[in-house]
Amino acid sequence: MTLHEHDVIVVGAGGAGLRAAIAAHEEGADVAMVTKLHPVRSHTGAAEGGINAALREGDSWEDHAYDTMKGSDYLGDAPAVETLCQDSPEETIQLEHWGMAFSREEDGRVSQRPFGGLSFPRTTYAGAETGHHLLHTMYEQVVKRGIQVYDEQYVMELAVTDHGDPEDRVCHGCIGYDIKTGNLNGFVANTGVVIATGGPGQLYAHTTNAVAQTGDGQAMAYRAGAPLQDMEFVQFHPTTLPSTGVLISEGVRGEGGILYNSEGERFMFEHGYANNDGELASRDVVARAEVTEVNEGRGYENDAVHLDMRHLGEERITDRLENIIHLATDFEGVDPLEEPMPVKPGQHYAMGGIETDENGATCIEGLYAAGECACVSVHGSNRLGGNALPELIVFGARAGRHAASGEPASSQIETGPSARTETSNVDAPVELGRVGADAVTDGGTLLDATPNEVVDHTLEQERERVETLMETDGINHADVRSDLQETMTENVNVFRNEAGLKQALEDIRACRERYQDVGVSDPSRTFNTDLMQTIETRNLIDQAEVLTLGALARTEFRGAHWRESHQERKDEEWLKHTMVAWNGGDPELYYTDVILEGEEKEYEPKVRSY
Amino acid sequence: MSTHVSESESEADAATDQQDRPAAQQRRVEKKRERHEQRERASDSSETEGQTILLKVFRYDPEVEDKREPRFDDFHVPFKKGMTVLDALIYSRDHYDSSLTFRHSCRQAICGSDALFINGSQRLGCQTQIDDLDQPVRVEPLPHQEVVKDLVVDMEDFYEGMDAVEPYFQEENLPSDLEEQRQDRANREKIKMSTRCIWCGACMSSCNIAAGDNYLGPAAINKAYRFVMDEREGEAIEQQRLETIEEEQGVWRCQTQFSCTNVCPKDIPLTEHIQELKREAVKNNLKFW
Ligand SMILES: Cc1cc2nc3c(=O)[nH]c(=O)nc-3n(C[C@H](O)[C@H](O)[C@H](O)COP(=O)(O)OP(=O)(O)OC[C@H]3O[C@@H](n4cnc5c(N)ncnc54)[C@H](O)[C@@H]3O)c2cc1C
Ligand code: SF4
Ligand code: FES
Repeated sequence: MTLHEHDVIVVGAGGAGLRAAIAAHEEGADVAMVTKLHPVRSHTGAAEGGINAALREGDSWEDHAYDTMKGSDYLGDAPAVETLCQDSPEETIQLEHWGMAFSREEDGRVSQRPFGGLSFPRTTYAGAETGHHLLHTMYEQVVKRGIQVYDEQYVMELAVTDHGDPEDRVCHGCIGYDIKTGNLNGFVANTGVVIATGGPGQLYAHTTNAVAQTGDGQAMAYRAGAPLQDMEFVQFHPTTLPSTGVLISEGVRGEGGILYNSEGERFMFEHGYANNDGELASRDVVARAEVTEVNEGRGYENDAVHLDMRHLGEERITDRLENIIHLATDFEGVDPLEEPMPVKPGQHYAMGGIETDENGATCIEGLYAAGECACVSVHGSNRLGGNALPELIVFGARAGRHAASGEPASSQIETGPSARTETSNVDAPVELGRVGADAVTDGGTLLDATPNEVVDHTLEQERERVETLMETDGINHADVRSDLQETMTENVNVFRNEAGLKQALEDIRACRERYQDVGVSDPSRTFNTDLMQTIETRNLIDQAEVLTLGALARTEFRGAHWRESHQERKDEEWLKHTMVAWNGGDPELYYTDVILEGEEKEYEPKVRSY
Repeated sequence: MSTHVSESESEADAATDQQDRPAAQQRRVEKKRERHEQRERASDSSETEGQTILLKVFRYDPEVEDKREPRFDDFHVPFKKGMTVLDALIYSRDHYDSSLTFRHSCRQAICGSDALFINGSQRLGCQTQIDDLDQPVRVEPLPHQEVVKDLVVDMEDFYEGMDAVEPYFQEENLPSDLEEQRQDRANREKIKMSTRCIWCGACMSSCNIAAGDNYLGPAAINKAYRFVMDEREGEAIEQQRLETIEEEQGVWRCQTQFSCTNVCPKDIPLTEHIQELKREAVKNNLKFW
């Protein structure tokens, strides 16, 4: 067991983590990144489309903010949204100054394209691989600055004091499990820890997210006392390949691709889901139409429908959609020039996450979060395409700077239980939270401990956890995980109703109880991915519960959250953020206000029609 | 209705970026088409449906008694249309042996984690359809790299090679805050393929020279190419970069065997890039002669 000490520890090395590390380094801090994947393997690399930034004449950050607020269905916080839109141009140009290979116009300037929900073509892109370039460009800058990277180092838990009120707690570091050697390492952060662990797509059986997207950071921060916010808002993408979840671009439908059910009907029109827009209706409408077709027995195997583009002709397809040919043949074994592609909806993006203010700070001193794992909140109940990448760089940089300063800064967004405006009395069908002797801090033993003592204490606790998992001759975590994914996919998907959500909470509870019996059967200390995934599964269970609880309580239809029998947005009752706090193992659901008051104007909730 | 967004364009809507398609990619499309037709002729490919495939997987763990001697384990996996080698490995791990170890994450050929030696060639597990392979399917770790455990190899040498070429953009002379550097479309097109590298290490593993000698390797040289050819970097740094790649372990080691180019999952014309750098280096030397 070793202790590593740095000023700032960044957990996760995707777009948000890399940007945070660079920013902290520029403040003069000694920064280290701790990441379970080598940085260039992060899922930011999979983003294709682009980065929204108001760069051009005729566009303005105000317009971008307006679009984002409207897209969020008025669940975004104005100070966060305005910060995103104000800072995005400079941050995007910063990437260009670091050499990012953006696509170019005739005059040599960076290209921008139109995107859904945007009033101006402000999506700045680098071919069909914007995320790949963004990730590699920032990693290059990390190498250039000599920032230390502990890669293939799995962070298991945060080292936080155990004051009764989370707002009194201080985060002093985290515990890493060295995947290659099996050693446990304590990381002490002198000024701040930034969590940037990405989304929790693995909550669902079918997702565009990578296998590593298990939302570890969210679960760790939650157990440490930072609430998770708006977790019920999950974006599903209507056209993903059934075998893998690989995303098939909306571009196919944009070019004229047609969706068919197994009876050969063009269902978007023939079954009246979207008589005007057809295949080009919004993501959630198309996703729900597909699921309805399948549920009513008009789907193909693997719960898919068909997306056909053969009529566009080989020339047009190879000219404009060539990467689709590769995706379909490589990942589905289907040649889209010869046959239609099977597609179905897949989980795509988590709008919710760790509650932070506009500086990336959580309610725990010294603990920051940025990127998809955080909820600052700019996306509200629905993210616009092209708004996640700017969030990584804008709030990654802010979180990094603030973590380096080591001083709590003032903010407009309030965090922590003291921001509570309303308590929920939702009726959960089962007990929530901790089961039996689940590891929770004893409480009160670390009040006056030094940072090293807090880290040491947590290290010891995690060592015991690893030993127990290694020694238990138990069930395979993969079985628990697949049960969890199954119920989430069945009951907490694009269609949600009370009975299903209650069922899901019961199933999640059952998973939690079964998890008590998991054991790691690989006896090796070398590259024990069995152990790592077993811990990830625990993290998924915590998040599934929070997500489903929030969804059960929210009896309205807002953004990505659809509820049977509650088919409209109810601003009077539901214009508020969902918060779930771990509360020492006894989860509490409460609500906080949405801030619609911007710098200069108030964003008036309007009907979201386009 | 409160939530209708008409999204005719979206973030994945990015398929329109190919002006002229590189030869390697073209070849790959054609190869795939051929394989597909062959299969059609040989048998209806849906016949494999309902069948079981046999996977022979390399196993080794220095720490575990019965895995200290490398061996192959058999896994029988139910076949499904669209199944990749990675899917089959995941199935084997989750259903038969949770200690089966391999790197993977994205499942879509972008994270570069799962370059493996499949039926005798370097390929990404996630990008290889079972249907395209002869059976049994033999899966081994990348050759010429030290095996850590099962299919996991030590990537340190590869990363060091990358680091050796100063793999970051260096230009001090930048426009003001909100203005980008101009880059000609043609120049962006020139570096495009070189920027697609996902650091999978397949090229390095396929290269005989890299196996024996101290050689930067195709990926690192390609990284250098990406910066040398980028018109946004100035003369002085280009000079320095050319000197680096000319050093002992640099471009002159390449014997144009094309093995790297043949295995690169991103269709990067590596050998061409190396040749081009050789020519640049020569030109550059003549300049000072
Ligand atoms: C297919 C696809 C296409 C997309 N396209 C776009 C687009 O065009 N535009 C857009 O704006 N958005 C897009 N998005 C969304 C956007 O890409 C993601 O939200 C974003 O990249 C997330 O970045 P991140 O830095 O938060 O996390 P990630 O890039 O996921 O990085 C997470 C990091 O955390 C590390 N980590 C995780 N857990 C641990 C742990 N326990 N210990 C240590 N390290 C850990 C990982 O190693 C990794 O380095 C897309 C998403 C997908 C899936
Ligand atoms: S050049 Fe190609 S084969 Fe080599 S590491 Fe990059 S992507 Fe892999
Ligand atoms: S799993 Fe990412 S490249 Fe294959």
